[in-house]
Amino acid sequence: MQYHTPATFGDAVAIASGAEGVTRFLAGGTDVLVQLRSDLVEPDNLIDIKRVPGASDITKNPDGSWTLGVAATGAEMSEHAELGRDWPGLVEAMDLIGSTQVQGRATLTGNLCNGSPAADSVPAMFAAGVTVSVTGPDGMRQVPVEQIPAGPGKTNLAKGELISAVHVPARRAGGGDAYLRFIPRTEMDIAVVGCGVNLALNGDTITEARVALGAVAPTVVMVPDAAAAIVGTTLDDAALAKLSEAAAAACNPIDDKRGTIAFRTHVAGVLARRVARIAYDRAKG
Amino acid sequence: MSKIHVTTTINGDEVEFLCDPRETMLDVLRDRLGLTGAKEGCGTGDCGACSVTVDDRLVCSCLMLGAEAEGKEIATVEGIATEEKLHPLQKRFIEYAALQCGVCTPGILVAAKNLLERNPDPTETEVRYWLAGNLCRCTGYDKIIRAVMDTAAEMREAS
Repeated sequence: MQYHTPATFGDAVAIASGAEGVTRFLAGGTDVLVQLRSDLVEPDNLIDIKRVPGASDITKNPDGSWTLGVAATGAEMSEHAELGRDWPGLVEAMDLIGSTQVQGRATLTGNLCNGSPAADSVPAMFAAGVTVSVTGPDGMRQVPVEQIPAGPGKTNLAKGELISAVHVPARRAGGGDAYLRFIPRTEMDIAVVGCGVNLALNGDTITEARVALGAVAPTVVMVPDAAAAIVGTTLDDAALAKLSEAAAAACNPIDDKRGTIAFRTHVAGVLARRVARIAYDRAKG
Repeated sequence: MSKIHVTTTINGDEVEFLCDPRETMLDVLRDRLGLTGAKEGCGTGDCGACSVTVDDRLVCSCLMLGAEAEGKEIATVEGIATEEKLHPLQKRFIEYAALQCGVCTPGILVAAKNLLERNPDPTETEVRYWLAGNLCRCTGYDKIIRAVMDTAAEMREAS
Protein backbone atom coordinates (compact mmCIF):
# COMPACT_ATOMS: atom_id res chain seq x y z
CA MET A 1 0.00 0.00 0.00
CA GLN A 2 1.24 3.44 -0.93
CA TYR A 3 0.37 6.41 1.27
CA HIS A 4 -0.01 9.79 -0.44
CA THR A 5 -0.40 13.28 1.03
CA PRO A 6 -1.34 15.57 -1.87
CA ALA A 7 -1.32 19.32 -1.24
CA THR A 8 -4.30 20.02 -3.52
CA PHE A 9 -7.47 18.21 -4.59
CA GLY A 10 -6.14 18.41 -8.15
CA ASP A 11 -3.08 16.42 -7.10
CA ALA A 12 -5.33 13.94 -5.29
CA VAL A 13 -7.40 13.47 -8.46
CA ALA A 14 -4.24 12.99 -10.52
CA ILE A 15 -2.99 10.27 -8.17
CA ALA A 16 -6.37 8.54 -8.04
CA SER A 17 -6.87 8.75 -11.83
CA GLY A 18 -3.52 7.16 -12.55
CA ALA A 19 -3.74 4.51 -9.82
CA GLU A 20 -4.09 0.79 -10.41
CA GLY A 21 -6.10 -1.46 -8.12
CA VAL A 22 -8.00 -0.28 -5.07
CA THR A 23 -7.86 3.40 -4.12
CA ARG A 24 -9.22 4.88 -0.90
CA PHE A 25 -9.30 8.47 0.29
CA LEU A 26 -8.41 9.05 3.92
CA ALA A 27 -9.87 11.81 6.09
CA GLY A 28 -10.84 10.61 9.58
CA GLY A 29 -10.23 6.97 8.74
CA THR A 30 -12.84 5.64 11.17
CA ASP A 31 -14.20 3.34 8.45
CA VAL A 32 -11.21 3.08 6.08
CA LEU A 33 -8.77 1.98 8.79
CA VAL A 34 -11.18 -0.54 10.28
CA GLN A 35 -11.59 -2.09 6.82
CA LEU A 36 -7.83 -2.00 6.25
CA ARG A 37 -6.97 -3.57 9.59
CA SER A 38 -9.61 -6.28 9.34
CA ASP A 39 -8.32 -7.17 5.83
CA LEU A 40 -11.71 -6.37 4.27
CA VAL A 41 -10.24 -3.73 1.94
CA GLU A 42 -6.52 -3.44 1.35
CA PRO A 43 -6.05 -0.28 -0.70
CA ASP A 44 -3.14 -0.21 -3.15
CA ASN A 45 -3.19 3.55 -2.81
CA LEU A 46 -4.35 5.48 0.22
CA ILE A 47 -4.71 9.21 -0.42
CA ASP A 48 -4.76 11.34 2.74
CA ILE A 49 -6.51 14.61 1.88
CA LYS A 50 -6.07 16.28 5.29
CA ARG A 51 -3.04 18.29 4.17
CA VAL A 52 -5.04 20.10 1.49
CA PRO A 53 -5.32 23.70 2.79
CA GLY A 54 -8.79 24.40 4.19
CA ALA A 55 -9.77 20.72 4.37
CA SER A 56 -10.75 21.07 8.02
CA ASP A 57 -12.39 24.51 7.84
CA ILE A 58 -15.99 25.28 8.80
CA THR A 59 -16.95 28.57 7.13
CA LYS A 60 -20.13 30.63 7.14
CA ASN A 61 -20.42 32.40 3.79
CA PRO A 62 -21.69 35.99 3.37
CA ASP A 63 -25.06 34.67 2.10
CA GLY A 64 -25.56 32.62 5.29
CA SER A 65 -24.73 29.27 3.70
CA TRP A 66 -21.99 27.05 5.10
CA THR A 67 -18.97 25.39 3.52
CA LEU A 68 -17.56 22.47 5.46
CA GLY A 69 -14.15 21.04 4.65
CA VAL A 70 -14.15 17.33 3.93
CA ALA A 71 -11.90 16.63 6.94
CA ALA A 72 -13.88 18.75 9.45
CA THR A 73 -14.67 16.37 12.29
CA GLY A 74 -17.85 15.69 14.22
CA ALA A 75 -16.22 17.19 17.32
CA GLU A 76 -15.41 20.40 15.43
CA MET A 77 -19.00 20.60 14.16
CA SER A 78 -20.44 20.08 17.66
CA GLU A 79 -18.15 22.74 19.12
CA HIS A 80 -19.24 25.29 16.47
CA ALA A 81 -22.08 27.10 18.27
CA GLU A 82 -23.32 29.06 15.24
CA LEU A 83 -23.46 25.99 13.00
CA GLY A 84 -25.48 24.27 15.73
CA ARG A 85 -27.92 27.19 15.90
CA ASP A 86 -28.47 27.14 12.13
CA TRP A 87 -28.50 23.34 11.61
CA PRO A 88 -29.12 21.58 14.95
CA GLY A 89 -30.45 18.45 13.23
CA LEU A 90 -27.40 18.03 11.04
CA VAL A 91 -25.03 18.54 13.97
CA GLU A 92 -26.94 16.19 16.30
CA ALA A 93 -27.01 13.50 13.60
CA MET A 94 -23.24 13.69 13.14
CA ASP A 95 -22.75 13.76 16.92
CA LEU A 96 -24.59 10.44 17.31
CA ILE A 97 -21.83 8.60 15.44
CA GLY A 98 -19.49 6.66 17.72
CA SER A 99 -17.61 7.71 20.82
CA THR A 100 -15.77 10.90 21.80
CA GLN A 101 -12.67 9.32 20.23
CA VAL A 102 -14.47 8.58 16.96
CA GLN A 103 -15.93 12.11 16.93
CA GLY A 104 -12.37 13.42 17.06
CA ARG A 105 -11.76 11.98 13.60
CA ALA A 106 -15.04 11.11 11.85
CA THR A 107 -16.32 13.36 9.05
CA LEU A 108 -19.59 14.01 7.18
CA THR A 109 -17.93 13.16 3.87
CA GLY A 110 -16.57 9.88 5.21
CA ASN A 111 -19.97 8.93 6.56
CA LEU A 112 -21.46 9.67 3.13
CA CYS A 113 -18.78 7.89 1.09
CA ASN A 114 -18.76 4.80 3.32
CA GLY A 115 -22.15 4.19 1.72
CA SER A 116 -23.95 2.68 4.70
CA PRO A 117 -27.75 2.93 4.45
CA ALA A 118 -27.69 3.37 8.24
CA ALA A 119 -25.25 6.32 8.24
CA ASP A 120 -26.64 8.80 10.78
CA SER A 121 -25.50 12.05 9.20
CA VAL A 122 -26.80 11.18 5.73
CA PRO A 123 -30.59 11.49 6.30
CA ALA A 124 -29.88 14.82 8.02
CA MET A 125 -27.83 15.95 5.00
CA PHE A 126 -30.57 14.80 2.59
CA ALA A 127 -33.20 16.71 4.61
CA ALA A 128 -31.04 19.83 4.82
CA GLY A 129 -30.60 19.94 1.03
CA VAL A 130 -26.83 19.63 1.25
CA THR A 131 -24.80 19.63 -1.95
CA VAL A 132 -21.22 18.45 -2.37
CA SER A 133 -18.42 19.55 -4.68
CA VAL A 134 -17.18 16.57 -6.67
CA THR A 135 -13.69 17.09 -8.10
CA GLY A 136 -12.51 14.75 -10.81
CA PRO A 137 -10.43 14.48 -13.99
CA ASP A 138 -12.99 16.64 -15.84
CA GLY A 139 -13.04 19.41 -13.24
CA MET A 140 -15.48 20.21 -10.49
CA ARG A 141 -19.25 19.95 -10.31
CA GLN A 142 -21.75 20.52 -7.54
CA VAL A 143 -24.04 17.56 -6.86
CA PRO A 144 -27.05 17.15 -4.54
CA VAL A 145 -26.07 14.76 -1.76
CA GLU A 146 -28.95 12.42 -2.69
CA GLN A 147 -27.07 11.52 -5.88
CA ILE A 148 -24.01 10.14 -4.07
CA PRO A 149 -25.15 6.84 -2.44
CA ALA A 150 -25.60 3.96 -4.89
CA GLY A 151 -26.17 1.01 -2.56
CA PRO A 152 -24.68 -0.58 0.55
CA GLY A 153 -20.98 0.37 0.55
CA LYS A 154 -21.22 1.95 -2.92
CA THR A 155 -21.28 5.51 -4.25
CA ASN A 156 -21.84 7.00 -7.69
CA LEU A 157 -18.39 8.60 -7.70
CA ALA A 158 -16.32 7.54 -10.71
CA LYS A 159 -12.64 6.57 -10.73
CA GLY A 160 -10.53 9.59 -9.92
CA GLU A 161 -13.41 11.55 -8.40
CA LEU A 162 -13.57 12.72 -4.82
CA ILE A 163 -15.75 14.99 -2.72
CA SER A 164 -13.83 18.21 -2.10
CA ALA A 165 -16.33 20.28 -0.06
CA VAL A 166 -19.73 20.07 1.62
CA HIS A 167 -22.21 22.91 1.11
CA VAL A 168 -25.05 23.47 3.57
CA PRO A 169 -27.72 25.98 2.52
CA ALA A 170 -28.41 29.19 4.45
CA ARG A 171 -30.84 28.76 7.32
CA ARG A 172 -33.67 31.16 6.63
CA ALA A 173 -35.92 32.58 9.37
CA GLY A 174 -38.78 30.24 10.24
CA GLY A 175 -36.85 27.06 9.50
CA GLY A 176 -35.72 24.12 11.59
CA ASP A 177 -34.31 20.62 11.29
CA ALA A 178 -33.98 17.53 13.45
CA TYR A 179 -32.72 13.95 13.36
CA LEU A 180 -33.54 10.93 15.50
CA ARG A 181 -32.58 7.31 15.21
CA PHE A 182 -33.78 4.18 16.94
CA ILE A 183 -31.14 1.99 18.59
CA PRO A 184 -31.72 -0.67 21.27
CA ARG A 185 -29.26 1.00 23.64
CA THR A 186 -28.56 4.62 24.54
CA GLU A 187 -25.13 5.24 22.99
CA MET A 188 -22.80 4.07 20.26
CA ASP A 189 -24.87 1.80 18.09
CA ILE A 190 -25.90 1.60 14.45
CA ALA A 191 -29.32 2.97 13.51
CA VAL A 192 -32.16 0.47 13.14
CA VAL A 193 -34.06 3.37 11.58
CA GLY A 194 -32.96 7.01 11.23
CA CYS A 195 -35.06 9.99 10.17
CA GLY A 196 -34.14 13.56 9.25
CA VAL A 197 -36.66 16.37 8.72
CA ASN A 198 -36.11 19.97 7.64
CA LEU A 199 -39.01 22.44 7.59
CA ALA A 200 -39.78 26.04 6.70
CA LEU A 201 -42.82 27.82 8.17
CA ASN A 202 -44.87 30.85 7.33
CA GLY A 203 -46.52 31.69 10.64
CA ASP A 204 -47.76 28.31 11.89
CA THR A 205 -48.09 26.75 8.45
CA ILE A 206 -45.43 24.54 6.90
CA THR A 207 -44.44 25.92 3.50
CA GLU A 208 -41.58 23.56 2.66
CA ALA A 209 -40.50 20.19 4.02
CA ARG A 210 -37.86 17.58 3.31
CA VAL A 211 -38.05 14.15 4.94
CA ALA A 212 -35.36 11.45 4.64
CA LEU A 213 -35.11 7.96 6.12
CA GLY A 214 -32.06 5.82 6.86
CA ALA A 215 -31.67 2.05 7.35
CA VAL A 216 -34.96 1.17 5.66
CA ALA A 217 -33.70 0.67 2.08
CA PRO A 218 -30.42 -0.09 0.25
CA THR A 219 -29.56 3.62 0.47
CA VAL A 220 -30.78 6.52 2.57
CA VAL A 221 -33.95 7.70 0.81
CA MET A 222 -35.82 10.96 0.36
CA VAL A 223 -39.55 10.57 1.05
CA PRO A 224 -41.34 13.26 -0.97
CA ASP A 225 -44.76 11.81 -0.09
CA ALA A 226 -44.01 12.32 3.59
CA ALA A 227 -43.03 15.93 2.92
CA ALA A 228 -46.20 16.48 0.85
CA ALA A 229 -48.28 15.10 3.75
CA ILE A 230 -47.31 17.99 6.02
CA VAL A 231 -46.78 20.95 3.64
CA GLY A 232 -49.70 23.39 3.96
CA THR A 233 -50.57 22.08 7.45
CA THR A 234 -49.83 23.23 11.00
CA LEU A 235 -48.59 19.70 11.78
CA ASP A 236 -51.94 18.78 13.31
CA ASP A 237 -52.81 15.17 14.22
CA ALA A 238 -54.26 14.42 10.78
CA ALA A 239 -51.07 15.64 9.08
CA LEU A 240 -48.90 13.62 11.46
CA ALA A 241 -50.93 10.48 10.73
CA LYS A 242 -50.47 10.98 6.98
CA LEU A 243 -46.77 11.63 7.51
CA SER A 244 -46.44 8.34 9.39
CA GLU A 245 -48.25 6.42 6.67
CA ALA A 246 -46.09 7.93 3.92
CA ALA A 247 -42.87 7.19 5.84
CA ALA A 248 -43.88 3.58 6.43
CA ALA A 249 -44.90 3.20 2.77
CA ALA A 250 -41.42 4.33 1.65
CA CYS A 251 -39.69 1.54 3.58
CA ASN A 252 -38.04 -1.33 1.76
CA PRO A 253 -35.92 -2.72 4.60
CA ILE A 254 -34.20 -6.00 5.33
CA ASP A 255 -34.61 -8.38 8.25
CA ASP A 256 -31.38 -8.55 10.21
CA LYS A 257 -30.09 -8.90 13.74
CA ARG A 258 -30.89 -5.27 14.48
CA GLY A 259 -34.52 -5.26 13.41
CA THR A 260 -37.21 -6.99 11.41
CA ILE A 261 -38.93 -5.59 8.32
CA ALA A 262 -42.15 -5.09 10.28
CA PHE A 263 -40.38 -3.37 13.16
CA ARG A 264 -38.37 -1.04 10.94
CA THR A 265 -41.44 -0.09 8.92
CA HIS A 266 -43.42 0.68 12.06
CA VAL A 267 -40.58 2.63 13.70
CA ALA A 268 -40.05 4.72 10.55
CA GLY A 269 -43.58 6.07 10.93
CA VAL A 270 -43.16 6.76 14.64
CA LEU A 271 -39.80 8.46 14.21
CA ALA A 272 -41.03 10.62 11.31
CA ARG A 273 -43.77 12.02 13.58
CA ARG A 274 -41.40 12.70 16.46
CA VAL A 275 -38.70 14.27 14.28
CA ALA A 276 -41.20 16.47 12.43
CA ARG A 277 -42.50 17.72 15.78
CA ILE A 278 -39.00 18.64 16.97
CA ALA A 279 -38.16 20.36 13.66
CA TYR A 280 -41.49 22.24 13.81
CA ASP A 281 -40.83 23.46 17.37
CA ARG A 282 -37.33 24.58 16.35
CA ALA A 283 -38.73 26.38 13.30
CA LYS A 284 -41.19 28.20 15.55
CA GLY A 285 -38.18 29.37 17.61
CA MET B 1 8.31 -1.73 0.59
CA SER B 2 9.88 1.59 1.53
CA LYS B 3 9.17 3.04 4.94
CA ILE B 4 7.83 6.51 5.69
CA HIS B 5 9.92 8.96 7.72
CA VAL B 6 7.85 10.80 10.30
CA THR B 7 8.80 13.66 12.64
CA THR B 8 6.37 14.32 15.45
CA THR B 9 6.13 15.43 19.07
CA ILE B 10 5.20 12.89 21.74
CA ASN B 11 4.62 14.07 25.34
CA GLY B 12 6.60 17.22 24.54
CA ASP B 13 9.63 15.48 23.04
CA GLU B 14 10.50 15.60 19.35
CA VAL B 15 10.50 12.06 17.99
CA GLU B 16 11.47 10.65 14.61
CA PHE B 17 10.56 7.20 13.36
CA LEU B 18 10.29 5.10 10.23
CA CYS B 19 7.06 3.17 9.71
CA ASP B 20 5.29 1.02 7.20
CA PRO B 21 2.30 2.83 5.61
CA ARG B 22 -0.06 0.20 7.09
CA GLU B 23 1.16 0.68 10.66
CA THR B 24 -1.19 2.43 13.03
CA MET B 25 -0.08 5.06 15.51
CA LEU B 26 -0.74 2.45 18.19
CA ASP B 27 1.69 0.02 16.49
CA VAL B 28 4.29 2.77 16.30
CA LEU B 29 3.89 3.80 19.94
CA ARG B 30 4.09 0.25 21.27
CA ASP B 31 6.41 -1.55 18.88
CA ARG B 32 8.77 1.16 17.61
CA LEU B 33 8.89 3.69 20.46
CA GLY B 34 8.45 1.41 23.48
CA LEU B 35 5.50 3.44 24.79
CA THR B 36 3.31 0.52 25.84
CA GLY B 37 0.84 2.53 27.95
CA ALA B 38 -1.73 2.68 25.14
CA LYS B 39 -3.26 -0.80 24.80
CA GLU B 40 -4.80 -2.66 21.88
CA GLY B 41 -8.19 -3.94 23.01
CA CYS B 42 -10.25 -4.22 19.85
CA GLY B 43 -8.21 -2.56 17.10
CA THR B 44 -11.43 -1.18 15.59
CA GLY B 45 -12.11 2.01 17.59
CA ASP B 46 -14.72 0.49 19.88
CA CYS B 47 -12.96 0.05 23.24
CA GLY B 48 -10.85 3.19 23.77
CA ALA B 49 -7.92 1.37 25.41
CA CYS B 50 -5.57 2.97 22.83
CA SER B 51 -6.78 6.55 23.47
CA VAL B 52 -4.25 9.33 22.94
CA THR B 53 -4.60 13.00 22.09
CA VAL B 54 -3.46 14.48 18.79
CA ASP B 55 -3.21 18.28 18.93
CA ASP B 56 -5.35 18.05 22.11
CA ARG B 57 -8.06 16.09 20.30
CA LEU B 58 -8.96 12.71 21.83
CA VAL B 59 -8.66 9.87 19.29
CA CYS B 60 -8.17 6.12 19.10
CA SER B 61 -4.54 5.54 18.10
CA CYS B 62 -5.62 2.25 16.46
CA LEU B 63 -7.70 4.28 13.98
CA MET B 64 -4.84 6.54 12.95
CA LEU B 65 -1.83 5.70 10.83
CA GLY B 66 1.64 6.38 12.16
CA ALA B 67 2.28 8.35 8.98
CA GLU B 68 -0.50 10.77 9.94
CA ALA B 69 1.49 11.88 13.02
CA GLU B 70 3.79 14.08 10.90
CA GLY B 71 3.96 17.54 12.51
CA LYS B 72 1.40 16.70 15.20
CA GLU B 73 1.58 16.89 19.00
CA ILE B 74 0.71 13.57 20.54
CA ALA B 75 0.09 12.94 24.22
CA THR B 76 -0.09 9.48 25.81
CA VAL B 77 -0.60 8.19 29.34
CA GLU B 78 3.19 8.22 29.83
CA GLY B 79 3.10 12.03 29.80
CA ILE B 80 0.42 12.46 32.47
CA ALA B 81 2.57 12.17 35.60
CA THR B 82 5.33 14.76 36.11
CA GLU B 83 8.64 13.34 37.31
CA GLU B 84 7.79 11.54 40.55
CA LYS B 85 4.40 13.18 40.98
CA LEU B 86 1.21 11.44 39.88
CA HIS B 87 -1.60 13.42 38.27
CA PRO B 88 -4.60 13.93 40.62
CA LEU B 89 -6.61 11.56 38.39
CA GLN B 90 -4.01 8.83 38.85
CA LYS B 91 -4.02 9.32 42.64
CA ARG B 92 -7.82 9.07 42.80
CA PHE B 93 -7.90 6.00 40.58
CA ILE B 94 -5.52 4.25 43.01
CA GLU B 95 -7.35 5.53 46.09
CA TYR B 96 -10.77 4.42 44.81
CA ALA B 97 -9.47 1.19 43.26
CA ALA B 98 -11.03 2.41 40.01
CA LEU B 99 -9.30 -0.38 38.13
CA GLN B 100 -8.83 -4.11 38.34
CA CYS B 101 -6.93 -5.60 35.43
CA GLY B 102 -5.81 -2.14 34.28
CA VAL B 103 -5.99 -2.62 30.51
CA CYS B 104 -8.57 0.15 30.06
CA THR B 105 -6.97 2.49 32.59
CA PRO B 106 -4.41 4.33 30.40
CA GLY B 107 -7.10 5.16 27.84
CA ILE B 108 -9.53 6.28 30.52
CA LEU B 109 -6.90 8.51 32.15
CA VAL B 110 -6.06 10.15 28.82
CA ALA B 111 -9.76 10.62 28.00
CA ALA B 112 -10.67 11.93 31.47
CA LYS B 113 -7.73 14.36 31.53
CA ASN B 114 -8.79 15.70 28.12
CA LEU B 115 -12.36 16.17 29.41
CA LEU B 116 -11.25 18.06 32.53
CA GLU B 117 -9.05 20.36 30.45
CA ARG B 118 -12.07 21.25 28.33
CA ASN B 119 -14.66 21.23 31.10
CA PRO B 120 -13.37 21.51 34.68
CA ASP B 121 -16.88 21.11 36.12
CA PRO B 122 -18.63 18.30 34.21
CA THR B 123 -21.89 16.74 35.36
CA GLU B 124 -21.93 13.00 35.99
CA THR B 125 -23.93 12.59 32.78
CA GLU B 126 -21.28 14.49 30.83
CA VAL B 127 -18.53 12.30 32.29
CA ARG B 128 -20.47 9.13 31.45
CA TYR B 129 -21.09 10.22 27.85
CA TRP B 130 -17.50 11.43 27.40
CA LEU B 131 -16.15 8.08 28.60
CA ALA B 132 -18.76 5.98 26.75
CA GLY B 133 -16.05 5.00 24.26
CA ASN B 134 -13.79 3.60 26.99
CA LEU B 135 -14.91 0.09 27.82
CA CYS B 136 -14.03 -1.52 31.15
CA ARG B 137 -14.93 -5.16 31.74
CA CYS B 138 -13.95 -5.31 35.42
CA THR B 139 -15.18 -2.43 37.55
CA GLY B 140 -18.71 -1.67 36.41
CA TYR B 141 -17.69 1.99 35.85
CA ASP B 142 -19.02 3.40 39.12
CA LYS B 143 -15.64 3.81 40.79
CA ILE B 144 -14.19 5.27 37.59
CA ILE B 145 -16.93 7.88 37.36
CA ARG B 146 -16.60 8.75 41.06
CA ALA B 147 -12.83 9.08 40.73
CA VAL B 148 -13.21 11.48 37.78
CA MET B 149 -15.94 13.54 39.49
CA ASP B 150 -13.96 13.87 42.73
CA THR B 151 -10.73 14.69 40.89
CA ALA B 152 -12.58 17.44 39.04
CA ALA B 153 -13.81 18.88 42.36
CA GLU B 154 -10.33 18.63 43.86
CA MET B 155 -8.71 20.34 40.87
CA ARG B 156 -11.29 23.13 40.94
CA GLU B 157 -10.54 23.77 44.62
CA ALA B 158 -6.80 23.73 44.00
CA SER B 159 -6.95 26.23 41.14
